[in-house]
Amino acid sequence: MKLAPIIPLLPLAGFLINGLLRNKLSKALTGIIGSGVVLIAFVLSFLVFNSVKAGNTQIFNLFDFISIGNLKIPFEFQVDSLTAVFLLIITGVGFLIHVYSTAYMHEEDEPNFARYFSYLNLFVFSMLLLVMGGNYVVMFIGWEGVGLCSYLLIGYWFTNTEYNIAAKKAFIMNRIGDLGFLIAVFWMIQVFGTTSFSAVFTQLPGNISTTAITGITLCLLIGATGKSAQIPLYTWLPDAMAGPTPVSALIHAATMVTAGIYMIARSNLLYVLAPASMHVVAIVGLATALLAATIALKQNDIKKVLAYSTVSQLGYMFLGLGVGAFTGAVFHVMTHAFFKALLFLGAGSVIHAMHHQQDMRFYGGLKKMLPITHATMLIGCLAIAGIPPFSGFFSKDEILAHAFEANPVYYILGVIGALMTAFYMFRLYAMTFLGQNRGDAHHTPHESPKAMTVPLIVLAVLSAIGGLVGIPELFKPNAHKLSDFLAPVFEDANQYMAHHEAPAHSTEWMMIGVSTFLIVVVIFVAIKRFSNAANATKEAEGVGKFLENKWYVDELYDAMIAKPLMALGSFFNAVVEKSGIDRLVNGVGKAVQFSSRQLRLLQSGNVGGYLLMMVIAIILLIRLVFYLKM
Amino acid sequence: MPINYYLFLAIIIFSIGVTGVLTRRNAIIVFMSIELMLNAANLLLVAFSKLVHQRMAVVEPTNLMAGIDGQLFVFFIMVVAAAEVSVGLAIIVMMYRNVHNVDINFLNRLKN
Amino acid sequence: MNISLIAFWFLSALAVFSSLMVITRKNPVYSVLYLILTFFAISGHYILMNAQFLAIVNLIVYAGAIMVLFLFVLMLMNLNKETEQQKNKYLLWSSAIAGGMLMIVLIAALDTPYPQMLEKPGAGNFGMIQNLGKALFTEYVVPFELSSILFLSAMVGAVVISKKGD
Repeated sequence: MKLAPIIPLLPLAGFLINGLLRNKLSKALTGIIGSGVVLIAFVLSFLVFNSVKAGNTQIFNLFDFISIGNLKIPFEFQVDSLTAVFLLIITGVGFLIHVYSTAYMHEEDEPNFARYFSYLNLFVFSMLLLVMGGNYVVMFIGWEGVGLCSYLLIGYWFTNTEYNIAAKKAFIMNRIGDLGFLIAVFWMIQVFGTTSFSAVFTQLPGNISTTAITGITLCLLIGATGKSAQIPLYTWLPDAMAGPTPVSALIHAATMVTAGIYMIARSNLLYVLAPASMHVVAIVGLATALLAATIALKQNDIKKVLAYSTVSQLGYMFLGLGVGAFTGAVFHVMTHAFFKALLFLGAGSVIHAMHHQQDMRFYGGLKKMLPITHATMLIGCLAIAGIPPFSGFFSKDEILAHAFEANPVYYILGVIGALMTAFYMFRLYAMTFLGQNRGDAHHTPHESPKAMTVPLIVLAVLSAIGGLVGIPELFKPNAHKLSDFLAPVFEDANQYMAHHEAPAHSTEWMMIGVSTFLIVVVIFVAIKRFSNAANATKEAEGVGKFLENKWYVDELYDAMIAKPLMALGSFFNAVVEKSGIDRLVNGVGKAVQFSSRQLRLLQSGNVGGYLLMMVIAIILLIRLVFYLKM
Repeated sequence: MPINYYLFLAIIIFSIGVTGVLTRRNAIIVFMSIELMLNAANLLLVAFSKLVHQRMAVVEPTNLMAGIDGQLFVFFIMVVAAAEVSVGLAIIVMMYRNVHNVDINFLNRLKN
Repeated sequence: MNISLIAFWFLSALAVFSSLMVITRKNPVYSVLYLILTFFAISGHYILMNAQFLAIVNLIVYAGAIMVLFLFVLMLMNLNKETEQQKNKYLLWSSAIAGGMLMIVLIAALDTPYPQMLEKPGAGNFGMIQNLGKALFTEYVVPFELSSILFLSAMVGAVVISKKGD
């Protein structure tokens, strides 16, 4: 499969064409180029997928990127089954989002439209680079690339100060995580002498100290919490809603936030050899899942609900990684990509229909007016809530089953999170589509154009049946195709993992039965409660107020980190800068001015004077040589 | 006679030349001082040429040409000095024609 | 005290004295004349060192041609008057001191306790035109030819510079 290195080049080409010719291309052409390159990349990814399925893992060594002393870091791509799965998700879902964007963004004028598409392409390119990189450095390039693109796209409407602040927040939060990643890479170079995946993993377990591995994996985890929005760096993701809705879909579903999951899954061997880090990953994931779910319960902005739901779902993925369910985590990435893209695009469709009103308290009763959106959103909600046989059920169940094996407490907390997920998703559903319309009575929302509904339908189909690639053994033995496919990537890690006794089949049946029953109950409660306009628009109070304000985490960060830093900054500005550095710099300038004013007198234009200087200099030089010789 | 004598003589003449350049303002006298310096250098070259020749004669009595390079250098210095004087005096003539003076301090402006 | 040593001292004294006169005379014409005297003294030194050809060339080219050129320019432009303005007194003294310092430093730097000895002038034909000519037209033929180009360019330069007008 020689075509693999071309895949990331296609979106790059799209980025360059759209970016450079943005004043010349028509909107239609821009849309065709932007979506077309991703479509071609998708087709190629499919070929790569088939090739990998036949058992081909390939490393493409393109050129030497960094070569210092003994350290050689080639620019290499590694294509194996994990990469192939991510390639399909990124290009597939990415393509649908591109198509959707052509309709969603049609109000923009041409240069901005092209700018938007070039950013989208660049985003896809960076993400492809990230998942195809054959070593941590190439991965880091993609890692930084998605950070940059998220900044550009979140701040796409850059005339709005608030959006710019959100973009900066995303960028800075990511930078904090990136520092952790970078330290991990340096540490890795020191310990292993290389950053290539294959070279690092063949040295394991070897005689590398557990401390070093734990340190490296924890630093990588910091990077992952930044990119994948986990505690403590998750606050940027909800603010990232400032960008256009398809961008949110792209960030949340296909790219960016899955980077952290991918990175940890890729480093599975490292993590398995550092059990402490595994525990940290699991706890961070679980805590994030619960925290974000509680916040999502009380949000009124439709996109905010979805944003916190993403954070929460990512928490589940981390939980899965932390308990060793790497396949489950990747599986959940995949299903989550389907239904979260669906939900975001559906939300985009609603917002589009409601003239950019995002507050759910002004929705209601849209079921009739937006039939396709309604149907697809319902499928998305069922999928995320984990109702069988929709895709979310399978992936979440797999993670929770592994969590139960590792520690039943994880399982119980996980199920509570899942119940909250079901509750807030159906709260969203009910507030948006059921009950009476609480919006502006003067206009009737109407269904979105085909370019928006077709991706919705495709994603709805995927959300509905996407879980069938990973049917658990409980239902049908040896039907977990994804697990078989990914097995080569995780087989080394499985050797070193502490094996738990799998629960008896009867226990599993009972767990699934109970949790599904509870979820169904919660769904009915949510629908019943929030179809009622009075309940839907009620002001939150007490704990609800606390949740609506997101646990005051932003305020806490502001008070604990931002304010002291600002104070320090203003201190430096007022004291150190003004009286220290400025005075020093000005002093140097004044000293030079003064001395040059004095020295200028020597430049009299008097030839005799010059000659005298020359002779004196010669005397001194000879004297010096004479002195040195003695 | 020690070679030092010639060395000192050349240094003295050279220093007198330098002093002349420094103290006088008449461009022609400055020029002549430069000629003095050149001649001091020539004198030294000839002296060392002689020294080399007599030392080589001990090792290789048949080689009459040993050390002749010093004298040839003097010869070339004279050639260059002659060329230099012709151009230099032309410049002085030119300068006199423009400013009616040969004071080197009038040369402190390259423009106009 | 043999004859060549006497000649050396006499010629050295003459050279130093006349070169001092060159830089101290107010009237440039005297300076030129003393310079010619200096050249004679130096030519005498050349003869003492068996460089007969150079001695003759020195007299012909320097004392003859170049100095005549100097005199010619002086006379032509009526510069044989004592019109030179004096320099700033401090500058004058500091210049003189600098020159003296240069001399002292050089002598101090180059003085050696056990110097090489020069023999008295022999009867050999080392510095005769035959030997010089041989070297000049074999080993040094390229610089020799180049010097003719130098003369040509100097001639052209002199003509261009002193041409009237622009």
